[in-house]
Order: sequence, then C-alpha cells, then structure tokens
Amino acid sequence: MIKFFLMVNKQGQTRLSKYYEHVDINKRILLETEVIKSCLSRSNEQCSFIEYKDFKLVYRQYAALFIVVGVNDAENEMAVYEFIHNFVEVLDEYFSQVSELDIMFNLDKVHIILDEMVLNGSIVETNRARILAPLLILDKMSES
Amino acid sequence: MSDIVEKTLTALPGLFLQNQPVGGAVAARAPFCSRLGSLVRGITALTSKHEEEKLIQQELSNLKVTVSAPTTTLKVMKECMVRLLYCEMLGYDASFGHIHAIKLAQQGNLLEKRVGYLAVSLFLHENHELLLLLVNTVVKDLQSTNLIEVCMALTVVSQIFPREMIPAVLPLIEDKLQHSKEIIRRKAVLALYKFLLIAPNQVQHIHIKFRKALCDRDVGVMAASLHIYYRMIKENAPAYKDLTGSFVTILKQVVGGKLPVDFNYHSVPAPWLQIQLLRILGLLGKDDQRTSELMYDVLDESLRRAELNHNVTYAILFECVHTVYSIYPKSELLEKAAKCIGKFVLSPKINLKYLGLKALTYVIQQDPTLALQHQMTIIECLDHPDPIIKREVKPQAYKSVNIFEDYMLVKEKHSITLPHAVLGTVLKASCMGVRVPPAVPHPGPVLGEYSYLLGKDTAEEVITKLYKLLLSDSVSSETKAWLFAAVTKLTSQAHSSNIVERLIQEFTVSLDTCMRQHAFELKHLLEDVELMRNLLPVDKSCEDMVVDASLSFLDGFVAEELSKGAAPYKPHHQRQEEKLSQEKVLNFEPYGLSFSSSGFAGRQSPAGVSLGSDISGNSAEMGLKETNSLKLEGVKKLWGKEGYLPKKENKTGDETEAPPNPQEAITMENVDQIVTKKDQSQVLTQSKEEKEKQLLASSLFVGLGSESSINLLGKADTASHKFRRKSKAKETKSRETTSAQDMPCSSLGSSSSVTYEEDYYLDNLQGRVDTDLEKFSLNSELLDSDTLKEHPLVEELSNCSLSTPSLFADSNMEVFHPPESIAASIDNEPSLASSLLEEATEHMYSDLTEVCNNETISVSAYKIWKDDCLLIVWSVSSKSGVDLENANLEIVPAENFKITEQPGCCLPEGEAESTKNFQYSVHMEKPCTEGNLSGFVNYQMMNTHSAQLEFSVNLSLLDFIRPLKISTEDFGKLWLSFANDVKQNVKMSESQAALSSALKTLQQKIRFHVVDVIGNEGLLACQLLPSIPCLLHFRVHADIVALWFRSSCSTLPDYLLYQCQKMIEES
Repeated sequence: MIKFFLMVNKQGQTRLSKYYEHVDINKRILLETEVIKSCLSRSNEQCSFIEYKDFKLVYRQYAALFIVVGVNDAENEMAVYEFIHNFVEVLDEYFSQVSELDIMFNLDKVHIILDEMVLNGSIVETNRARILAPLLILDKMSES
Repeated sequence: MSDIVEKTLTALPGLFLQNQPVGGAVAARAPFCSRLGSLVRGITALTSKHEEEKLIQQELSNLKVTVSAPTTTLKVMKECMVRLLYCEMLGYDASFGHIHAIKLAQQGNLLEKRVGYLAVSLFLHENHELLLLLVNTVVKDLQSTNLIEVCMALTVVSQIFPREMIPAVLPLIEDKLQHSKEIIRRKAVLALYKFLLIAPNQVQHIHIKFRKALCDRDVGVMAASLHIYYRMIKENAPAYKDLTGSFVTILKQVVGGKLPVDFNYHSVPAPWLQIQLLRILGLLGKDDQRTSELMYDVLDESLRRAELNHNVTYAILFECVHTVYSIYPKSELLEKAAKCIGKFVLSPKINLKYLGLKALTYVIQQDPTLALQHQMTIIECLDHPDPIIKREVKPQAYKSVNIFEDYMLVKEKHSITLPHAVLGTVLKASCMGVRVPPAVPHPGPVLGEYSYLLGKDTAEEVITKLYKLLLSDSVSSETKAWLFAAVTKLTSQAHSSNIVERLIQEFTVSLDTCMRQHAFELKHLLEDVELMRNLLPVDKSCEDMVVDASLSFLDGFVAEELSKGAAPYKPHHQRQEEKLSQEKVLNFEPYGLSFSSSGFAGRQSPAGVSLGSDISGNSAEMGLKETNSLKLEGVKKLWGKEGYLPKKENKTGDETEAPPNPQEAITMENVDQIVTKKDQSQVLTQSKEEKEKQLLASSLFVGLGSESSINLLGKADTASHKFRRKSKAKETKSRETTSAQDMPCSSLGSSSSVTYEEDYYLDNLQGRVDTDLEKFSLNSELLDSDTLKEHPLVEELSNCSLSTPSLFADSNMEVFHPPESIAASIDNEPSLASSLLEEATEHMYSDLTEVCNNETISVSAYKIWKDDCLLIVWSVSSKSGVDLENANLEIVPAENFKITEQPGCCLPEGEAESTKNFQYSVHMEKPCTEGNLSGFVNYQMMNTHSAQLEFSVNLSLLDFIRPLKISTEDFGKLWLSFANDVKQNVKMSESQAALSSALKTLQQKIRFHVVDVIGNEGLLACQLLPSIPCLLHFRVHADIVALWFRSSCSTLPDYLLYQCQKMIEES
C-alpha cells in the first residue's frame, strides 16, 4: 500500500504532499524533512529504495525535484518506481513539458491527476488517456 | 544534472523583482491567479523558516478575511482553497477554511466543485465531524445528470467518507455498477472498495456484483474490481478458489497483449494490472497444489514473456518470481524463476540488483540450493556501499548460515584487532558446544589467530576446549578442519601440550583424510618448533610474507618428472581452447564454461587439476589462470598430486619454505580447505579481499552442497564498477545542457536569450492562463532542460544531442553526428576532402562541416580518425578578405578529453591568405558516450580591433574506437582475463541475413575488428584509444542478437553496448 506521495525539491521545499493514511499536520512536516534528507544523502551508486521507519521510500529525481513515495512492505518497489515515472509522463502530457513551476501554479490539477491514479493507497489507473479524461472535460467545460 | 533548473529557480526571486511592473500587468490581466501567483512567488523566494512563517501567517490572515466575506465569489473561493492547500502543505493550520471547502463542494460548479472536494479530501480525516456535512452534497451529486459531477462524488466517496453514512449512498453507488459509462462503473467499484475497507459488513450482500465487475467488458472496471478481490482473498482465500481460472485467463490475455494498446506502458501491456493479478494468484495458490496447477502455465509464460529490457518488465518478473515461490512448488518453475534472478543481480542497475536480492530471499526460503548460482553476487553485496543492499542481502546470508557475522569477524581481523568482547562471544559460542552450523568455519581460525589476546595461559585451555569440540559428533568435518587449524596455530603459542599429542594420535588414524592430513602436518611441525613459530607467527595475519611465487625451488622436481615422461603443464585456457577447437563449434555460452567447470563439481575439472599441476612451475601463465581458479598467486604450493610436497631442495629454514613432511595423498576437495587455511594463517596481500569473498562464497554455501563452491570466480569485481555509468551520463548531460544554454551564437546575442527566458517565466507567472501565447521558437528547446525529464536515463542523451543543434538552427550552425558521417565517408568518394590535407587520404575522415560563421569568417571542421588518435582539423576561412595571419584558435579544455595541438601542417599551400587550418589531436581520457568540444577563434578586424567567434563540436565515444586486430587465440586469452562484462539481447530490425548485416554494422559503424565467425556466432574486438581493449561475443538467434561484452575497463562495455544497440536497432 502507498502511504504517502510527496514532491519535494532539492531545497527541501514540499511542492505536493498527499497522505493516504492520516498523519497529523505537525508530524507531516517532520516526516517530509526527514524523507528529503534521506533522499538527498543518496549517491548515484545507491538504489532508489530506502528503508525508513516501518516503511520503504521509493524515490525518483527529476531535475531538482524529488518524487518520493512511501510504501509498506507489501508493495513491489520497482512497480512503484515506474509508477512515479508514469505519473510524470501524465503530467508531461497534460502540461506539455512539465516543470516545477507548472506544478506550483497548478497544485489543484496535479492533485486531481494524482487522485485519478491513486486511491486509498492503491494504484487504480495507469492508462494515460483515462487518467486525463475527467480533467480535460473539466477544463473544457470551465472554458465555455 | 539539474544545474540549469536549480539556477533558474534560485534566480527566480530576482526575476520576480526585476519584473515587478510586468508582474502587475499580469495581475491585472489574470485577477484570479494573482493572489495565488504572488503566494507561489513568495514561496519560491523563501530563504528561511522564519520568512516562511511570516509569509504564511500573513497569507492566512488575508485568507481568513476573504473566505468569510459574503462578497467572495466561488471563483475567488476556489483560488483561496488552493492557497489554503499551500498553507496546510507547509504545515500551518488552516482549519478555519475547512468548512468553506465543504461549502465550495456544495455550491461550486465543475472545477470549483472539484477543488472543493479535493480540499475536503486533503483537509479532513476519516473521522472528522465536518465530514457529515458533505454527505448531502455527495448524495445530490451522485444523482446528478452531469457525469462529471457523478465522477467527482464517486471519487470523494472512495477517498474519504464517514462510515456511519454508508447506507445513505450505498444503493446509489450499487446502481452505478450498471451505468453505461465505464468511468462511472469503474469509480463505483472503487467506492465499494473503500466501503469494503472501512466497513466490510456493509457490502457483504453485494459480493455477487463484484463478480459482475470482474467480468465487465471494460478492462478498467475489471482492473478496479481486482483491488476488491485482492483484499477479500487475502482475508479468506478458500472462498475464492473457484475464481482462479478467471484470474488465470485474464492474466493470459494481458500477457498475450490482448488489451487495447493504450493500456501499454512503454510497450509492456498493463504492467500494474499484471502485477496485481500475479499477487492474487500467489495468494490463491499458497499451499494448494490443485489451485497452483492451474496457474503453472501462465506463470511460465510470464517468465518467458518478460524479455523487454525495461524496468517495469523487471517489476513484473519480480512479482512473478514471488508468486512462483509463494504457491505450491513446481520444481521446473522454481528453477526457471531462480535462473531469471540472474538478470537482476548481474545487472549494472543498482535498483535491479536490489530487486534481485529481494527475490533471492524468496528463493532461499524455498530451496537454498537454487540460490547457489548467485552466491558470488550475494557476497559482493555484503560489501556494497549502499546499506539497504547490504540489509537486503543479510537475511539471506543468515538464512543459510550466520555468515554475515563471520564475515565481519574476518574483515575486522584484517584491519583492527578483535575486541575482547567479540572474541569472548565467539569463544563462548564455540566452546559451549553450541551447535556450530555446518558452514561456519571462521570462528576456528579467529580463535587460533587471536585467542592469545585473552592471556598467555589460556592457549592450553582453548586447545582443550577445541579438542573436545573436535571429538564431538555434532561438528561437521568442515568445521573440524577449521578447528584443527586453530589448534595448529595455538600449538605454536602453547609451550607444550599433552592434549596436542593426544589429538595427533587420535587423528592420524582418523577416517577423514583431511583430518589425517592436518594431524600429520601438525605432528611434523611439532618436531621443529622453531620453524613452526616462524610459520605461524603470533598476530602476523595481516602482514605480508615473502613467497617464492615462481616456485623456482620446484624446478628440479619438474625437470625430473618431465624426464620421466610426464606431460608438460598446460595452462587452463590452453586446455580450454584445445577442447573448443576439437568441438569445432562454439557453445551457446562458450566462456561460461570455464566458470561452471571450475567448481569442484568435477574433481578432475581443469581448475582443480591446475592446482596440482602448477608444480611444473610454469609461472608465466599464472596470471591468466587467475580468473578461473582460486587465486593462488603467492600462495605457497605445499600440495601436489601426491599430497604434501616435501622440501628437498632447500633447507635454509627460510620462513617461506615448508617443512619436510611425509607424502600423503589427499583428494582435491581438501585442497580447498587447505588453501583456505593457508589463506588464514599465511595471508598474502594480493587480492586478499577477493579471496575472502571467494572463500565466503564457498563457505556460505558449503552446507548446501560443496559442489559448485567456487562458481563464478573471477567475476568478483564486475558489479561494483558498473554503477558509475549513471553519474557519467549525468555529467555529460549537464555539461551539454549547460553548453547549449551558455553558448552565445553569432546571430542570437546573449541579450535575446535573456529576453525569452523572461518570457518563459512571465508565461508561468500568468499561471499559464494564456496557454496559446506564442512562444519563441527557441523557447521549447530551452524548456527542455527545465522540464522534468529524468536525467539519469542514458537513452535521453540522444535527445539531448539533438536539441543542441536545433538551438543553432537560426545561425546556420551544424554539428557533427559522428556515426552518420562515418558511414557517409565510407561510401563517398574522398574527392572533396582529399584536396585539403595529404594525410586525410590515409585515414577515414568526416565531411568538412561548417561549425560556425559570421559576416567575416567561417569556421569548418572535420575529423580524421587516425589509428592512434582522433584528429580534428578546424579550417578558418575569411569571407571578406580579413587578414587571418594573426588569427588563432583556442580549444577550451574539456573534462574527459586530452587535447593537443598538432602544429605539423598548418597551411595548405596556395590558400594562405583566405584559409587557415588548425589541427588538434584528441584523446578520450575517461570513457563516456558523448562529449562536447568548444573553443573560439580570435582574429583581427581591419580596424585592428580584435573579434572572437565561438564554436563547438560534438564528440562521440565512437570517434575513439578503433579495431583491435587480434587472433582468435588471443581473444580467448583476453576474454578470460577481463573481469567486466555486460550482456544484453537486442532485437534486430530486420531478420534477413541477420548475422552478416549485424556484423557489417558493427564493423563499419563501431569499427570492430571481426576476429572470427563460427556458425551464428561472432567474435569481435575493438579498443578505445589509446589502448583499452573491449571484446564482443555475439550470437544471432532468429532476430535476436545476444551481445556479450568484456573489457578491462568497467564502463566501456556499457557504453559500447549502448552504441551497438542503437546501431543494430537502427540498421
């Protein structure tokens, strides 16, 4: 199960956070700080999976942005690792060449996309067209 | 790697400040985004926690006013919600806004409603009291005729919904299961999944409907129902055994590519769906033979299908291995799955290695012998810099034996003195008669080596205890050998001991030949105490000993034997080759042979025999032998065919010499132990580490079957070197992107590039309201470096090199594309370039290509691929009669390249006035796939004012690859001596005349020398200048080429593989 989904930049600033199990707001900040710290401490020779407390972190770096997913033991790390990339590909398609700023200015939309892909900590949709369909309709209807 | 983005982001605050007036305009044009925009701007400009607090508190107090103001429109409210999200995301309480989120969901329209729901799901938790207020809105939306609203309601229900209110929406959601739109059905299933999670009792009556969802005509709906089934089967597998057939059928269809293509991810059909199905099968087949039998076929197919070399295939493979080892075992499948793990653990990609190790834990739990093939990898990983890899490997090692602790002991032994406490524990463990695991040999020698630390007097005591252990039946003969070694060591420290005498007596008549040998050895050592002290010094295990590696003292013996008609010694590879040439055909894996056969599986195996036959003193060949047998270089050769070699020739009492000893026949398996024992007590420096690893490998699995105990020897070092590729690729990429951006081009001044950068940010500041806003044509190219493309991917290097030239499209610049030009120059007649330089005709060269120009001069360049270097000739010609006499050209030093000016031929005659040539030889110092060489030309204008023009040239690894002309025999030798190897299967684009076309491609485009072609296999060799060889063995099967590289350099095979793959796939 996916416990949380984070986007944090190299400076340790959270750009998106989504928790699939309730975490107290104060504890979130602490957790995010620790998570990004452990990601930054990794070298290229080390794998993208970190043991952290009672779960595992799967992370991927895109430019200065880290996407970190906290999962429990039952999860297939590589599947999550590739899921992150799938997510970025979806963002890339929606924003056409997504950048950190796109995410910052469209926090709500990024969340909407993520909601299509992950529910209750389970990966529920990976088909790009289907993930984007509801959001594209919303955009279209809001325009008119 | 992300320097650019970093730079731009840190520069952001500055940019914002500079654009203050523009920012105002933006705000006016897009009033809804302005507040959010300034918040985002504020956040990016933050430099301290304190500033953040100030900013957010200010924001919160503004928001408080806005959200409670009655005049606030829903549109503004939506924007406020996003701002509130930001505040909470940064850890500031914004609970005053929660109720407004619910209101927005209730009153808003479309996107506003969606954002309202989103905010609710992010702000509130499961048991939040405000949640009850949402129920009515959800009920209303579920009944809406607007599908989007229904979708939103279903989404929020599947995220967060009060348990006690489920009955209020359940009938509505059940209805949606029959909806005509797949998205509604899918979301309804997911909502029911949520209910199953929080209130399983409430959905019990609709289990039958889940089955309908499983059989839904839409893949998405079916996939959604799998979450429900996974959950339910986990709770109660027997109740769903009847569905096994359905899951198997579904998986078969998915694996067989029957799904619509948009479910593919990187051409792998619905990977996550496959994984989910495999998990379910794993649960169903657990401890149930009949159910498991239903799935063997599809699992077998899954293992076979996963040939595409993509991470996600490995994710599937991993899950498949997991399932195979979860269900009722089928030995054939278990073997296949275990073999499959090789793909993981041998991969240079660290993530795959991790996954492979994790998969190995499943294998070991089931059948440790199947993990034997991967033992060296396990040992290597114990030394891995990444703790998580170690962690993953540790339990496995534990599983079979407590090797990890022992390993640490041995390790410490070589670096620091063993702490008393540790020693005490070991001692206690061994002495208390704790059942010594059959394959934990190390405490013995550790004891022998270091027990003196406990005090002189205890040597006897320890011996006594060890003696008892030796007599105990519960100790395996392997351990006994170690214990005896310890006793031997201790005896040299003890003054006298009856026990030792008794021990010798007892064991000289032992049935175990190994123990008998030990006893004899000890006996003879005891006869010469002085020699024994020298041989087994106290605490000298870390020190080097002078060893006569050439075994010259045996020359006499060899001569004698030869004169008696003994066959001269042949090194291992020579025998191998003879064997090969007899067979006339290459094996499927010709070089794997040497590894598998060098284990102790066959007592007469070449490696084993070579131990004994080394006495012939053919020391010149020793280096080559290293790779396929135990490293014996420097180890005293005490053992021959007849057993212990008596020291006849030399009685000087030299420390390195062995004492006289009766000849005693021993079997080869003892050699292993004795060699390792010598290793402990007469340690030598060379490759100490490696030997330890091998030692560990053999001991780790000794309990499982000593047969293949030294499999995979000689590959010890491969893995750790390979991880470097990633970082290099990154470096290259970042360097390239930097140069792409920093390089001013002649027509587009640097000022213009600043302008469009600003534009880009403005664009963003407007929140991309005007998405249609025309961008600069260059803009998108530059954005490339800003976008979230993952950098480590080597594949994308190619994109990167493509984007560089297009940047200069306006200024008519062209950049080399080496592979193409090589090909071109082979075909083309060398008419154009031959006039330029004499030398050019002798070597291959590229076309003359203009690299930059302006109104006055033009710079062209071409490459000459000389045998010993890459020669680049820059030719500067003037357009408007500018005097080029004083022109000079400078090349900026590049990281991976060594550049030397070749003053040799500077000016071709007759063109002195208008053209000037500069010639540089370039060497690649560190292998890398691509690089960029930039420089500039300085020249004098008429008015004596000097000007500068910059240019750059792309270099490829292939510019530095030359054929390596060697014989098949040399190839064989080299192959065995190289430790770094990379294997990969590549699909060819056309299958007709496969071998010859592939060969031609590799020969022409990469400049491989074709050493030999046998059947459908080829041996090729090349070198990276100046002299790093790389060998390639390739084998064609249908339209698949199996490439297998080996080199003395750790990174070169990877790079070449990348290039070959590109070439073969393109051709």
